[in-house]
Amino acid sequence: MNAELGHFALILGFAVAIVQMIVPMVGAQKGWQSWMDIAVPAAISQFVMTLLAFGALMWAFIVSDFSLQVVVANSHSAKPMLYKISGTWGNHEGSMLLWVLILTLFGAMVAVFGRNLPPSLKARVLSVQSAIAVAFFAFLLFTSNPFVRLAIPPLDGQGLNPLLQDPGLAFHPPFLYLGYVGLSMSFSFAVAALIEGRVDAAWARWVRPWTLAAWIFLTIGIALGSWWAYYELGWGGWWFWDPVENASFMPWLIAAALLHSAIVVEKRESLKSWTILLAILAFSFSLIGTFIVRSGVITSVHAFANDPTRGVFILAILGVAIGGSLTLYAARGSILSSKGVFSIVSRESGLVLNNVLLVVSALVVFVGTVWPLISELAFDRKLSVGAPFFDTAFTPFMVVIAIVLPMGALLPWKRAQLGKTVKPLFGAMVLSIALGLLVWVLQTGGRMMAPIGLALAAWLVLGAIMDVALRIRAGKIPIGDSWRRFRNLPRADLGKATAHAGLGLTIFGIAAITAWEVEDIRVARVGESFDLKGALTTYQIRFDDVNTVQGPNYRATRGEFTILADGKAVAHLAPEKRFYPVSGMPTTEAAIDIGVTRDVYVVIGDPQQDGGWAVRSYVKPFANWIWAGAVVMALGGLLSLTDRRYRVAAGARRKARKLAAVAPAE
Amino acid sequence: MKKLLIIAMLLASPLWAVEPGEMLPDAAQEARAREISKGLRCLVCRNENIDDSNAGLARDLRLLVRERITEGDSNEAVVAFVVARYGEYVLLNPKTTGTNMLLWAAGPLMLLGGGVLAVLGFSRRRRAVAAPADLTDEESVRLAKILDP
Repeated sequence: MNAELGHFALILGFAVAIVQMIVPMVGAQKGWQSWMDIAVPAAISQFVMTLLAFGALMWAFIVSDFSLQVVVANSHSAKPMLYKISGTWGNHEGSMLLWVLILTLFGAMVAVFGRNLPPSLKARVLSVQSAIAVAFFAFLLFTSNPFVRLAIPPLDGQGLNPLLQDPGLAFHPPFLYLGYVGLSMSFSFAVAALIEGRVDAAWARWVRPWTLAAWIFLTIGIALGSWWAYYELGWGGWWFWDPVENASFMPWLIAAALLHSAIVVEKRESLKSWTILLAILAFSFSLIGTFIVRSGVITSVHAFANDPTRGVFILAILGVAIGGSLTLYAARGSILSSKGVFSIVSRESGLVLNNVLLVVSALVVFVGTVWPLISELAFDRKLSVGAPFFDTAFTPFMVVIAIVLPMGALLPWKRAQLGKTVKPLFGAMVLSIALGLLVWVLQTGGRMMAPIGLALAAWLVLGAIMDVALRIRAGKIPIGDSWRRFRNLPRADLGKATAHAGLGLTIFGIAAITAWEVEDIRVARVGESFDLKGALTTYQIRFDDVNTVQGPNYRATRGEFTILADGKAVAHLAPEKRFYPVSGMPTTEAAIDIGVTRDVYVVIGDPQQDGGWAVRSYVKPFANWIWAGAVVMALGGLLSLTDRRYRVAAGARRKARKLAAVAPAE
Repeated sequence: MKKLLIIAMLLASPLWAVEPGEMLPDAAQEARAREISKGLRCLVCRNENIDDSNAGLARDLRLLVRERITEGDSNEAVVAFVVARYGEYVLLNPKTTGTNMLLWAAGPLMLLGGGVLAVLGFSRRRRAVAAPADLTDEESVRLAKILDP
């Protein structure tokens, strides 16, 4: 019954979406207020319907309703509750329903919080947003219905892939989707602005917070996924340049570019048409990502050819959305006149450079991701494009971005003198290079990766600190005055410095783990000790015991290890090798002693013929800095999101409207 | 014989990336094997190199790589040997020959294109509105006073 209610709610949502797509748009064209007014209640009810459907599906997972096909295929009665719930989106149908839920959520948020938007713009935005929803409702209902019943329900389900039964991955998809579906908002605003023919600072003031929010979620989502891979896959890999990862990384890069160019529109009324294009591109990459993940076309052309319905459907959505919006852009983009003029050395130019680098790097990832497909279809040449290509082709962009970022961040608007701007950064520059050189001298031989990475990271962090120090004139005026200035500093500026420093932390973590990781693979017997020589400390690993553990839905072999440094125990680690009887799959559960300067990472493998066990152990220097940096970047975004101008601007306009209402008509 | 023994031993247990028994006694040779393995694709996996993979086929390839190394092949010769058997598909780092030139040149070309577009856009904007004249010294002094009382 619940499932039927969910199915029915989904169909209702689809119907409402169709109305919301057409009526407000016509209203906006004709200037009929009552037609435009439909958008708000429609957007809210669309969201409520989808929420009902999602709730019904989640309920089916919670109570293990094995009369539903998706529940049978992806759940099991013995699974812990958290994974029953996360199982809701741990499969194709459910995850697409989550996709639509978030899409309608963003629409509803504009409806609720968009009171002070110009009515015609709001109507058009909601109409465009609903057009996307229509496409995905149809996709769900016609190709991926989660509410399909089975005539003869089995006694129990087939279980969820054990690799996905993990808290990190339980919350990874919702964050990721909040991010890349959230970019639909910027897209809708861009298309609405093109139809409207007007882009101004107020428009940017609306688009930027939405993009920022989406970008923050995307940052957290990607970091969660990477962290999961680090501890779950058993050897501490944290990024693989897998098509599925690239699918979320490309929108992240473009959204980062969009965030920056929207500032120029907002503050200088310049780069308008470019910003619109970026907004379209950002969501286009989200759609491309969805296509890559959902159709399986990149994984295997043949899998796609065998069951092309879903893939072709998304491809059609993709074609209409991207083709349509770009055509509209080509036709109308030129009417968006920019006002601001700027010199070749200026904050604006710095942001243009940022945009060029971020967008081209995203395109490099894109070309690399689809190249195997292109090569096979166009040149009949079957090949792979893997991590080595992306490392070589992508890294230089990040290096250049890191080099120019602290300088660009300090440039004044409109017209600047490079020498004058860079002068205060001289100390930071010298210090960073010195640090890099020091590391280069200290590490005997080894890769250049670490010194360069460290120098860049220090440069970014020091640059961010200098950015704030210059703003508060630290050292130039009494400390009390500096403090007052610091407190009055706009949150957006603090957020900017924080996010830039976060990038530095991530770069440092990546460089350190790549250059200094130590690995040891061996057969060890219970009672044995062995040395693990890290970059800073040599650890002794003592293999104390092996025992068998019964989990809620798995059996595990658990190794007991003591980690010693200079004879003193620093940690007790218990890695497991689990076996899930329902799916017949083993997983490795690494045990990690997390530290600021290093992680000690131990994995237990199979018993050997001679009585020992395969044991892998690693020292991973500064590993956590990778994700800590991502968290700091997200925090920076959050700080910027709470900036006074977004809060006050809304209040001021409301006040102005009230005043206008009170004033006699002219 | 010894190799057979190792293989028999490995077949007895489920497989799990690089096993201790697979590793070569010579540390330098083993390091080379690891380096080569990271660039070779596990043919039955999704985007996984043979060094990280648990698949049986990946292990076969790992053993093959080590066998060629102990036979005295250079890194290039080992890779060439594997490519000759399994095709270009096995390379995670695509070759820079033929149509792949497009792939490798894409980044620099797009950067160049982006740069040209940015400069064109910039000069067009500049022509559209002539930049205002610089401040006179007197004005600069006044401005400094206003901005920084």
